[in-house]
Amino acid sequence: MKWLSDETLTRLQASVQCPDLSSTRYRALKFVARGGMGAVWLAEDVVLHRRVALKVLDVEDRTGELASRLEREALVLAHLEHPGIVPVHDAGTLPDGRVFYCMKYVEGQTLESYIVNTNLPQRLGLAQRIAEPLAFAHSKGIVHRDLKPGNIMIGAFGEVLIMDWGLAKITNSTIQESSHITSAGTPGEQTGFATAAPITSHGKILGTPGYMSPEQARGDSAAMDERSDIFSLGAILRFMLTGQSPEETPTTAPLPKPLNAICQKAMAPEISERYASIQEMSADISQYLEGVPISAYREGIVERGMRLLERHRVAVVLVLAYIAMRVLFILFSHR
Amino acid sequence: MEAQGGTFPATRFSVIAAAKSSDPAERSRAMNALISAYWKPVYKYVRLRWGLDADEAQDFTQDFFTRLIEKEFLDSYDPAKGHLRTFLRTCVDRLFLNQSRDALRQKRGSGAVHVSLDFEEAERELGQCVRSGSLEDYFDKEWVRSLFALAVMRLRSRCEEAGKMLHFELFERYDLDDSDAKISYVQLAAEFHLAVTDVTNYLAFARREFRRSVLDQLHEMTGNEEEFHREAQALLGVSAKSK
Repeated sequence: MKWLSDETLTRLQASVQCPDLSSTRYRALKFVARGGMGAVWLAEDVVLHRRVALKVLDVEDRTGELASRLEREALVLAHLEHPGIVPVHDAGTLPDGRVFYCMKYVEGQTLESYIVNTNLPQRLGLAQRIAEPLAFAHSKGIVHRDLKPGNIMIGAFGEVLIMDWGLAKITNSTIQESSHITSAGTPGEQTGFATAAPITSHGKILGTPGYMSPEQARGDSAAMDERSDIFSLGAILRFMLTGQSPEETPTTAPLPKPLNAICQKAMAPEISERYASIQEMSADISQYLEGVPISAYREGIVERGMRLLERHRVAVVLVLAYIAMRVLFILFSHR
Repeated sequence: MEAQGGTFPATRFSVIAAAKSSDPAERSRAMNALISAYWKPVYKYVRLRWGLDADEAQDFTQDFFTRLIEKEFLDSYDPAKGHLRTFLRTCVDRLFLNQSRDALRQKRGSGAVHVSLDFEEAERELGQCVRSGSLEDYFDKEWVRSLFALAVMRLRSRCEEAGKMLHFELFERYDLDDSDAKISYVQLAAEFHLAVTDVTNYLAFARREFRRSVLDQLHEMTGNEEEFHREAQALLGVSAKSK
């Protein structure tokens, strides 16, 4: 039996792990990350001479459910052309039998690390930018269902990208019926994806605790719609504002009441009590930033006065200064 | 008893199931497979873990596998409770603790079943290993080394059967060669009088087959499907589905 040195062993292990890209247009450059469903490899598209990311199914999948999920993710991405959603270039099955898709290689950082050096207005602005691709997806009949800080990337130029659409629910029948993706090395052959099947059935729980809505947590897939994403966005907003995940006991100072109200309304346990749309939630964030009343919070007279004072601080100071001068002038002129 | 790898048919086979078989031939095959994969990790482990000298470690290793066969240790193994490799390592520790070194010495040449194993080779390998981490990690790493070495043998026999020895030779030259100067595909093509594209394709074939060989070997060495999937994921980072 041949002795395998440590170097050889490492090389062979890498060789076993590396996707078989023979007869494809890709060349593996380096391993990037491993997620719940598969590994992401940085690769070179040797035809177009550009760097791409390959997401390859690489985990236990005895039922084929994960392969379906990866196929579905590629399908969803293909139908969502938006600057805030990573574009998919290609999908299929590799010669070694692994399902994969090819997407733009995103260099950036996750939301968690990005927000460390940001202030409150910047974080609120970020939440609005996360809302934009979500609103777009909802308009196309797609619900993400796994929104969490780890699935949001901030690119090199501050652009927001929502990743990992593997749990997405497609309510648009034209998308559901249009999928048939072929094998990577054999264009035209229908050896690749079959029509994407639904990945969640009633009673099955998929998602991330803390960020998933109550209806998702109880496996009620029929009840899930855009408002399930709104719940997750509310949890993300709370995380961005407090630095704490929804499951952690709050240890930071309480949020300003209007912001707390936005989070609470987005995360209402009853789906009917949440914002009806992402745009509605985003509008509340905008109004808060502009210092005008928001729909989620009814303020008292004192609070309203304080807000108006805060909003029109310069004008109020000028008026008060003018009044003070007039009073002094009158007093001195009557002496 | 001759320890050899790559002797099993392509059909799914588990040493654990076969070791419990009532068919003596099946049991013997299972034990050969187990010994092939585990004797070196056991030998090296007891040398380092218990500080046995080479002679003591040889006796202990032979004694361990003899008992494994005769005492039916494997009957008490439950795949649901842990990895086979962890179970065997625990058995090794228990066996050592249950017998003194004097007993080990007295056992030498006392009629124990002799297993034909190349201890000199294992001793040379022991000298080449750079150990980092715990001894448990070391045992696991040696097990992976053994698994891969058996997979290489399996790949070789598969290539021979398929008339594709050139593929294996390229794989051996490029992926198994330890020489410092890494050869390029272009050099390889010149050396084997092939086109570079052929080198690329032949190596891709060999690596794909090697991957299959590793997973087949792993499948044999695990107690059930669940353990197999766990091991494939934990040790190799690969999906069993994608074989």
